[in-house]
Amino acid sequence: MIEILKLEFFRNAIIGGILASIACGIIGSYIVSKRIVFITGGISHACFGGIGIGYFFGINPLIGALLFGIFSSFLIGTASLKAKEKEDTIIGVLWAFGMSLGILFISLSKKYAPDLLSYLFGSILTITLTDIKLMIFLDLIILISVFIFYKEFLAISFDEEFSKIRGVNVEFFYLFLLFLVSLTIVLLLRIVGIILVISLLTIPPAIISQFFYKLNRIMIFSTFTIIFFITSGLFISYFLNIPSGATIILLASFFYLVSLLFPCLKS
Amino acid sequence: MNEDFVIEIKNVYVRYKDFDVLEDINLNVKENDFLGIIGPNGGGKTTLLKTILGIIKPYKGEIKILGEEPQNARKFIGYVPQYVFFDMKFPITVWEVVLMGRLGRDKYFKKFTKEDMEIAEMSLKYVEMEKSKDKKIGELSGGERQRVFVARALASQPKILLLDEPMANVDSPREKEFYELLKKLKEKLTIILVSHDIGIISAYVDKIACLNRKIYYHDSKEILLQDLSAVYGCPVDIIAHGLPHRVLKEHD
Repeated sequence: MIEILKLEFFRNAIIGGILASIACGIIGSYIVSKRIVFITGGISHACFGGIGIGYFFGINPLIGALLFGIFSSFLIGTASLKAKEKEDTIIGVLWAFGMSLGILFISLSKKYAPDLLSYLFGSILTITLTDIKLMIFLDLIILISVFIFYKEFLAISFDEEFSKIRGVNVEFFYLFLLFLVSLTIVLLLRIVGIILVISLLTIPPAIISQFFYKLNRIMIFSTFTIIFFITSGLFISYFLNIPSGATIILLASFFYLVSLLFPCLKS
Repeated sequence: MNEDFVIEIKNVYVRYKDFDVLEDINLNVKENDFLGIIGPNGGGKTTLLKTILGIIKPYKGEIKILGEEPQNARKFIGYVPQYVFFDMKFPITVWEVVLMGRLGRDKYFKKFTKEDMEIAEMSLKYVEMEKSKDKKIGELSGGERQRVFVARALASQPKILLLDEPMANVDSPREKEFYELLKKLKEKLTIILVSHDIGIISAYVDKIACLNRKIYYHDSKEILLQDLSAVYGCPVDIIAHGLPHRVLKEHD
C-alpha cells in the first residue's frame, strides 16, 4: 500500500481526487437542492464539443471543455431565465449537439485518440501536474465565490422571487452559479469523465442531505464523502485492474442505495 | 397623485400572450387599510400582487406605490407568497429563511450585521416562532411555516404587507391564531390579503374587493351580491352565519 503512494501518478491521482472533491461537494449540494441536475447533465455533455475542438486545434482538451462549458452554461441559463417552457428542450438539444460536435472534430483531426474514452469515463491515473494546477485554480475560484456570495446563492436557490423583491440580482447569481457548475464539471472530467460526472455531483449530496439540513454542512460532509468514494474507488480499481471512473460511481451508487434503506431500517 | 393613498392603481391592464389577465383595474389603498381581495382561482389575484411588486409589468395603466414606481418601492413591501411554490425538502433553517428578509443589493460582499440579526430575531418573536429558529423549514406544520414567512416579510421592515392565500395549508384550529396575528399586524401596517375563500376574509378585514379579471371595489366592507355573481360567473347566495359583521348588503 505504502509502495504505490511513492508512484508519482498515484500521488497525482490522490491529490487530483481531493481537489475535485472540494468543488464537487460544494457545487453538488447546490445542484441537488436547487434541482438543476438536468441542466448540469446538459452542460457536462456539451463540454465534449469543446474537447473535440481542443483535439482538432491541438490545444489542451480541458481548456476546450472549459470554454465550451462556460458557453453552454450561459446559453442554458439564459434559456431557463427567458423561456422557462422551452428550457428542457434546449438542454436536450445542447446535450446531443455537444456530443456530436465532439465526435465530429475528433474524427476530423485524423489523429489517433487513445484517451478519448478517458474523457468520457475518466481516467484518474493519467492526471498530470498541469491538470492539478488547473484544478487548484478552478477550486480557488469556486471557494472564493461561494464564500463571498453564500447567502445570495442560498436565497436564490430557495426562493428566487422573494430574493428578487429584496433587490438581489437573481439573473446574475443564477448565471454565476451555472458558471461555477461548468468549472466543477471540468474539474471532475479527469476523474470520472463527462458521462459519469453527473452522478458524482448528485449522489453524495443526496446521501448527506438525508442526515443534515443546513446547506453548509451538506457541502462539507459531501466533500468528505466524495474523497472517500474517489480514493477507495481508486485503490479498488488499481488492485483489481478495472476502470477507475466506473468503480468510483458504482461504489457511490451502492452507498446511495444503502442510504435509501436507512430510514426503512430505523422505522 | 393623491398623497393619502399608499397604493394607487389606475386603469391597469395586464396581458399574458393575447389574453387580458387583469382588465382596467382601479384600486386605491389608504394607509393602515386591511384590504381583502377575493375571487376564484385563476382570477388574477396573484398577478395583481405581483404587479404591485413590480415583478409583472402592466402594458397599460399606472401604478404608484408610496408615490413611486413599483420596482423602486419594493423595499417597502413585505411579501408572503403562496406556500405551494416551495420545495419543502430544501435544506434551510427557519433562521436562514427569516434572514432572507434582510437581503439586498447593499448586502453584497458583506455579512449580515448585528442589526440584521436583531431585526430578524424580533420578527421571529413577533410571530411567536423564536423557539423553532434552528428547525428545518420542512419540519414545521403549515401554520407554523406561514408564520415564518410572515416573519421573513416583517424582517424587511415593510410599510405594506401582501399575503397570497395565507390560509391554505393552515389547519382550521390554527386559523384563528393566524388571524389574531394579522389583527396585531393591522395596527402598524397596510395589508392586502388575497384568498379564494370569502368566509375567512370577511371576519377580519376592513375592506373587501372582488377580483376576476376585473375588480369590484367600493372602498368598504360590503360586497354587493351582483359583484359576487359577476366575479364567480354565476348567481351566488351567501349565508353569513356567525360572522361578527354584516358582509352582504341588501340588494334591490
